[in-house]
Amino acid sequence: MAFEKILLRNVDVPDSEKIDVYLERGGYEGLRKALREHSPEELIEIVKKSGLRGRGGAAFPAGLKWGFMPKGPGATKYLCVNTDEGEPGTFKDRLLVERDPHSVIEGAIIASYAVGAHRAYVYIRGEFFLGYKRWMKAIDDAYAAGFLGRDILGSGFDLDFSVHRGAGAYICGEETAMIDSLEGKRGEPRLKPPYPAQVGLYHQPTLVHNVETLANIPHIVLRGAEWYAQIGTEKSTGPKLFCVSGHVNRPGNYELPLGTPLREIIFEHAGGIPNGKRVKAIIPGGASTPMLTAQHLDIPMDFESLAAAGSMLGTGGIVVMDEDTCIVDATRRLTRFFACESCGKCVPCRVGTQRLVSTLQRVEDGLGREGDIEELLALCEGIQFHTFCPMGDAAVNPVLSSIKHFRDEYEYHLQHHRCAVGA
Amino acid sequence: MIAREPNEARPRAPADEQARRSMLLTALYIAQEQDGYLTDTSIRRIAERMQMPVADVYSAASFYSLFRTQPEGRYVIQVCEGLSCHLAGGAEPLVEQLKEKLGIEVGETTADGLFTLRVAECLASCGTSPTLRVNDELYEGMTPEKVDRLLDHLAGR
Repeated sequence: MAFEKILLRNVDVPDSEKIDVYLERGGYEGLRKALREHSPEELIEIVKKSGLRGRGGAAFPAGLKWGFMPKGPGATKYLCVNTDEGEPGTFKDRLLVERDPHSVIEGAIIASYAVGAHRAYVYIRGEFFLGYKRWMKAIDDAYAAGFLGRDILGSGFDLDFSVHRGAGAYICGEETAMIDSLEGKRGEPRLKPPYPAQVGLYHQPTLVHNVETLANIPHIVLRGAEWYAQIGTEKSTGPKLFCVSGHVNRPGNYELPLGTPLREIIFEHAGGIPNGKRVKAIIPGGASTPMLTAQHLDIPMDFESLAAAGSMLGTGGIVVMDEDTCIVDATRRLTRFFACESCGKCVPCRVGTQRLVSTLQRVEDGLGREGDIEELLALCEGIQFHTFCPMGDAAVNPVLSSIKHFRDEYEYHLQHHRCAVGA
Repeated sequence: MIAREPNEARPRAPADEQARRSMLLTALYIAQEQDGYLTDTSIRRIAERMQMPVADVYSAASFYSLFRTQPEGRYVIQVCEGLSCHLAGGAEPLVEQLKEKLGIEVGETTADGLFTLRVAECLASCGTSPTLRVNDELYEGMTPEKVDRLLDHLAGR
């Protein structure tokens, strides 16, 4: 039986980004219900019970995060919608913002009401110009329809919403870097703790959520935590957008319950590998997540199963590589990304990623030296856990996982000064 | 060892001043739109108007890849070099084709000031790769033929 589309239920409808279409399709009913029937405390409980975990990569329980925000009217509190999607292999938030921005706004209003924030900011990646225009229009229309501004739907709850454009920096997807960028500074991560729920934007408590996470909220409110929690697995609940790219016949976004086997996603939904080739390597959740191999195809795509396999669900950005792919080359490309995007604040990440790239390049070009594999591993050791933000840890994952699973390919390059697959 | 930098210890500016500073990226975008790039004059003027040190404005401007402090072509082409675009046969072949057609290297601008060629990291269009951007417009599923047509179109041929 085909899985009922929840997050993608609107995206293929003509003019789905327009408020009239969204309303015709039952939009903003979740908000109505939240404001009329629930107190903020009840909403936090509902989201906790739903088991919803963050979809931006870190998988932190959303309800718990809401609970960490200080209660009461004392502090000025903020909500930030993280639309800084840039993790290679990931293209789900762009789809939601371009094709269904109101579902995200609705989720954001409910979240703001639950934690007592009266000011919400969208931080959108500078490259997403269409998304930026769609956000602006959607927010204007939501104001005009009375879903934003003063006394929303007669509830007495006020919320202002505005959009900030980033300007080309992957690191601003990291929540504290995003906050610094929102404050008009270089987007350099802050040391945590304190977490944004205590000290965030303008030093005030701030709730930061990924676009896809927020799009779940109206459905949870409308259909209940129990309904939501029965989708997926026991600990990984709900639907997930899986972005499939690389060597597959039908690349694209597929919405499926968490726990769907990787094989089903690649072979049934994404149409398998072109030209009857075999799978060699798979990145399961964006460039930051450790590579897997064909042996892992039966793994259920949920947070726990991937952690048990030594990887992560990450963003759900699945990149498939067939048997003709040079792993050293793929690893160099992934690592170059991190070297380019290192903000430069922490030396291990700034210098270490550059050294990784030059060493990988040498191996790939057939100029590698004995001991290069050990040098790569030593560099990773110097970077991992030695940086302010998780980017240092992310940057070493392609290198560590490719050496773990495909060490023979590295050795072939070093011994024969060329690639085993002839790439 | 990285020194701890407790956020609480940072000096807090008054709320209106903080909110004003938040407009910096917007101000930089506007200035860049007006002059085609961020001139020294516009950076100084932004600093003055926002009551910030010039160094802070320049520091932010130089951090973000979409801001430029040198003039560039009317059309800035950014070819995605992400892994998925590479696996889809993009990246290098497209860059090579553009280099040849335009007669410039990556990072350069054509003599007529029409085109600048750049490479970009993942543009979040991996499902429709290979991709490139021209100024603020995204072009997906690019082929050599599509690139030829796009260049002709932009050059008004």
